Amino acid sequence: MADFDDELDASGLNCPLPILRAKKSLTAMESGKILHIIATDPGSVKDFEAFSKQTGNSLLESREEGGKFHFLIKKS
Amino acid sequence: METKKLAIIATKGSLDWAYPPFILSSTAAALGYEVEIFFTFYGLQLLRKKLDLQVTPLGNPGMPMPLGMDKWFPVLGTALPGMQSVMTMMMKKKMADKGVASLEELRELCQEAEVKLIACQMTVDLFDLDTADFIDGLEYAGAARFFEFAGESDICLYI
Repeated sequence: MADFDDELDASGLNCPLPILRAKKSLTAMESGKILHIIATDPGSVKDFEAFSKQTGNSLLESREEGGKFHFLIKKS
Repeated sequence: METKKLAIIATKGSLDWAYPPFILSSTAAALGYEVEIFFTFYGLQLLRKKLDLQVTPLGNPGMPMPLGMDKWFPVLGTALPGMQSVMTMMMKKKMADKGVASLEELRELCQEAEVKLIACQMTVDLFDLDTADFIDGLEYAGAARFFEFAGESDICLYI
């Protein structure tokens, strides 16, 4: 996995909490920094794609590993 | 890009129906929408400082019941005393187990994200509600106030 600047563990949280927590974390970060999000909600895969499209923060990576979903989002 | 707007009318005061307005609003706010919710009639219950919302199996054939009760249990049984409290307790437990946010948390997230919450003044008068029982930060207004925002909205929902 590529480098990241901040990490958010949203394991066990259900819709829409992973998105809301991610938004909060990104707000506190500087432009260009990368947030690593870990989630267990299967719906979060499509949700983070949609979040990235609508907010302009790019989704650099989205993958599943050991039953968890990992996302890398770069703050715009 | 111009800011998108979401306008919602929240009319229901039960535990299950309290979720859609707050889930959609908090998510829309996270996506950069400007959001306003107009609470009217039973929707005002969602604005109480102390939430005591219930869910009822009565007249709700779509509600999954424990032990397959929805398959063999007579419809009238859902009207039994205590049934509503039991189902409410079970629903709350299920939500906590599945990591679904509490209403209090979602409502707070909405307020943090500057979702505007408007309480219907007419409903307050109609049911003799005490505004001291409601959370802070509300605006009390009427239908015309809703249209001021809804008329310019991109998405308008009646829940």
